[in-house]
Amino acid sequence: MSLIAFGGAAQFAAVGYVASGLAWPAIGLLTFLLNARHVLYSAALAPWFRGRSVAERALAAHLVTDESFALAIAHFRRLGRFDAIGYWYPAIVTTLIPWNVATFAGVALGDAIVEPSRFGIDVIFPAAMAGLAVGLVSGRRELVAALAGAAIGVAVSLVISPTIGIIAGGVLGPIVGLAVHASGAAPDVQGADLPNLQDVNP
Amino acid sequence: MSTDLVPLAFLMFAVTYPSRAIGLLNPAIDRLPRRALEYLQLVGPAVLAALAAVNVMVATVDGRSVFVVGLPWVSVVACIAIVRWRRSLFLGLIVAVGIAVAGRALGLP
Repeated sequence: MSLIAFGGAAQFAAVGYVASGLAWPAIGLLTFLLNARHVLYSAALAPWFRGRSVAERALAAHLVTDESFALAIAHFRRLGRFDAIGYWYPAIVTTLIPWNVATFAGVALGDAIVEPSRFGIDVIFPAAMAGLAVGLVSGRRELVAALAGAAIGVAVSLVISPTIGIIAGGVLGPIVGLAVHASGAAPDVQGADLPNLQDVNP
Repeated sequence: MSTDLVPLAFLMFAVTYPSRAIGLLNPAIDRLPRRALEYLQLVGPAVLAALAAVNVMVATVDGRSVFVVGLPWVSVVACIAIVRWRRSLFLGLIVAVGIAVAGRALGLP
């Protein structure tokens, strides 16, 4: 599953769904909703992939994860252009391969770890996501978008569900960030992180 | 090792791939106005922050979402501070895990 679906959180959730005896169509629907944030990742990456072949973009899409997105987009923004190694390296070497190796190790050795929280394993995911978000904050707009995304995500999670909350935070947080931009704050970062189209050769 | 769940893996691919591909394979993305591109640049920090916050602040108890305060807050805040200060995610994760391990050894929730 780690190779075919490569879904991270969706895989974790699927294990719970299967264990609770949920029907497969329902698992499919819930997995789709849980992964819906990848629409945002894909759309955010798309301008950087402008001019790349359809085959390359189709393969790249399969490797879009929270981690590969965050690492690649931060790299593109530093360079101001697309960089093939800057996408494939984090997507394959630092995400796909370790994820599958760790999945196999978990299958083989998981029973030996009686209480994962004792080893702090449960804080790795949220700490990594927060750390990656910090790496993407380069100005006031990004900071406001991140804070708003977190606040909206938690609020909507408490009222509706965590899955919807994460999507709501991801969709509405940037709108709040853009409002700061429109009010004239941080003029030095306006447009500074957009792809340099002259460097993206078809 | 059972292979009963291999069809489920393909089902999960079928429902996760479209959301990953829709932006990258949609030619209309090339014609987005500048404002939309600016919006997309803010998606990363917002989604990642939402993921982290929901993960440490919200728990599901008896099918209901509840607000929780606990040791993971300290771990995540420490990781944020280390990444901001030292620009090292690896070091931040080590510190976050260290705080969680030490805290739980002391009996903190």
